[in-house]
Amino acid sequence: MRTVAEFRIEYLRHLSPQGRPLEELPAFAADNDELLKMFAAMLRARTFDAKAVNLQRTGKLGTYAPCLGQEAAHVGVGAAMRPEDCLAIVYREIGTLFWRGVSMTEVLLYWGGDERGNNFAVPRHDFPWCVPIATQTLHAAGAAMAFKIRKEPRCAVAYIGDGGTSEGTFYEAMNLAGARQLPIVFVVVNNKWAISVPIEEQTAAETLAQKGIAAGIPGVQVDGNDVIAVRDCMSRALEKARNGGGPTVVEAISYRLSDHTTADDASRYRNEAEVAEAWKVEPMIRLRKLLESRGVLDEAREQAMKAEFTREVDAAVQEYLSTPRQSTDAMFDHLYANPPPYLEAQKELARRYAGTGRPSH
Amino acid sequence: MPKVTMVEAIAMAQAWELAHDPSVVVLGEDVGKSGGVFRATSGLFERFGADRVQDTPLAENMIAGMCVGMAAQGMRPVAEIQFMGFLYPAIDQIVNHMSRLRHRTRGRLSCPVVIRTPHGGGIHAPEHHSESVESMIAHVPGIRVVCPSSPARAYGLLLASIRDPDPVLFLEPTRIYRLAKQEVADDGVAAPLDVCYILREGEDVTIVTWGAITTDVLQAAEQLAAQGISAEVIDLATVSPIDSETILDSVAKTGRLVIVHEAARNCGVGAEIAAIVAEHGLHDLLAPVQRVTGFDTVVPLYRLENDYIPSVTRIVDAAKATLAG
Repeated sequence: MRTVAEFRIEYLRHLSPQGRPLEELPAFAADNDELLKMFAAMLRARTFDAKAVNLQRTGKLGTYAPCLGQEAAHVGVGAAMRPEDCLAIVYREIGTLFWRGVSMTEVLLYWGGDERGNNFAVPRHDFPWCVPIATQTLHAAGAAMAFKIRKEPRCAVAYIGDGGTSEGTFYEAMNLAGARQLPIVFVVVNNKWAISVPIEEQTAAETLAQKGIAAGIPGVQVDGNDVIAVRDCMSRALEKARNGGGPTVVEAISYRLSDHTTADDASRYRNEAEVAEAWKVEPMIRLRKLLESRGVLDEAREQAMKAEFTREVDAAVQEYLSTPRQSTDAMFDHLYANPPPYLEAQKELARRYAGTGRPSH
Repeated sequence: MPKVTMVEAIAMAQAWELAHDPSVVVLGEDVGKSGGVFRATSGLFERFGADRVQDTPLAENMIAGMCVGMAAQGMRPVAEIQFMGFLYPAIDQIVNHMSRLRHRTRGRLSCPVVIRTPHGGGIHAPEHHSESVESMIAHVPGIRVVCPSSPARAYGLLLASIRDPDPVLFLEPTRIYRLAKQEVADDGVAAPLDVCYILREGEDVTIVTWGAITTDVLQAAEQLAAQGISAEVIDLATVSPIDSETILDSVAKTGRLVIVHEAARNCGVGAEIAAIVAEHGLHDLLAPVQRVTGFDTVVPLYRLENDYIPSVTRIVDAAKATLAG
């Protein structure tokens, strides 16, 4: 018997949970303004997230999937991408969306039951929110195929969660990407919980990064709570993809500090001690400490940032709440470029009976 | 003008679009070097190369999903699913994304995709190779279902499907892929979607049909004519959305309606056509509507398939039943 294949999964972490550099930091991390920008983006996402949960609790927003605890993974990915790259999100990645220019009002509109929230003013080419698990990975692969055919120096990025890696679709997307050496990076945000199922019960695989190996794609693990490491890792994977080096699977290990969604109660299946431990390594702490040690961030400055984001979120909430709901025509107007005549009749019917059903929120 | 089979016409239409629209990409299992298991992409790989005519890995859901991604980013993929029985894994992508991306994004992104797939039985194929489940997709908003019945119509409807800004499931009736040759001008002229085609005018009974069984319906119409019954034969062509107007106009003239499809009856497209006539043309009807369909059973293995697919005799009997009494 001889060994015909072996693999290794590397794990990248630049900052300890207490913000101590563990090795020489990548070049961008020497730029304090850049790190402050990333810190601000994480704080902005967290501020928005808390408000969105409150809006749902007070009946002003539909079911919402919080991002609490995963801000570093999302901002690190966003910071590594170019505007012309193409993003396929799942349903939690506001840190990346905001970085790429999606507005808070758009996010609120979507989770507030209005399709206009998917009509991003910027960026026009990114894929919309994607609820059916893992399906978005194929959209990113298709986008990467389009870029490759047209010889454009652009990459696609597909998010997926730890639970999503159990879907066959994820393997199909990786297999296609590997077979055709597509310019794509798969980002697995392993937040340890797929609703109530812990990662240990999801798979016998030791890492999720290694799921790419079977498809001929290298995989790497990164501390998903270390925004510097995530950005560094993603930048390298994207550069490789952009230069024809093919796809990468990046497993960003983080933790879902929130419930799965506002419709979930994680205390039914998850013990508090585990969550308390996770709070000790959450992603804001280490970047805050690094920036404080460099003398560019302090309590007052963070509070000022927080106040600014609170004002911004409040303004977005006002805009969202004061946006009139779409007319019933909206159900019909975008389904086809050339709609069949019977839809016109149904549109009339919907107008005539608008408001006669159960009260809408 | 060349005389070609339907399968040749389908390859011709794809070649035309590949040559005239750089965003068109033909893809699927074995569509490249092999030219497709039915040869419906024959010669395209040699002419347009591996980027434009792609052999994909073997995964139907992947094919549909990559088409969504490509189309959203400006390409026009024309994908082949090798047999309709292999379409089922792709339904997740077709229903959840392809057919509703335009709607979900308020028109920001769209999916001009064609999924071509063989349709129906009658070719002694293995199990799962003889499906005709168009009603499953016809039920889905946002996607068209198109099914030609002759080489010329296949050429024109496929061009129209590729050029359409929205997704189209293009069903290719395998039984008549090579049944007959027809003169087809390779002129890039599309045949309109969303309209029926009247294949034969008549006065006594309207027969609506589509796909391979159209040839049997035309034979039945001949036999009926010999018995003094004048049948109007309508090729539905676009199975969804249905062109109600042409059907209702014909029923207003004949007062009788027979719907013939190879697919099973229960919740089939024939039921929708019958409902349309019941809602909008009931007072024109002189007799109950007749449906001549496959049975509500699994399509049998091939020794019995010709007893599953409605025969000319069944069609003739149904038409005569509308005239009885």
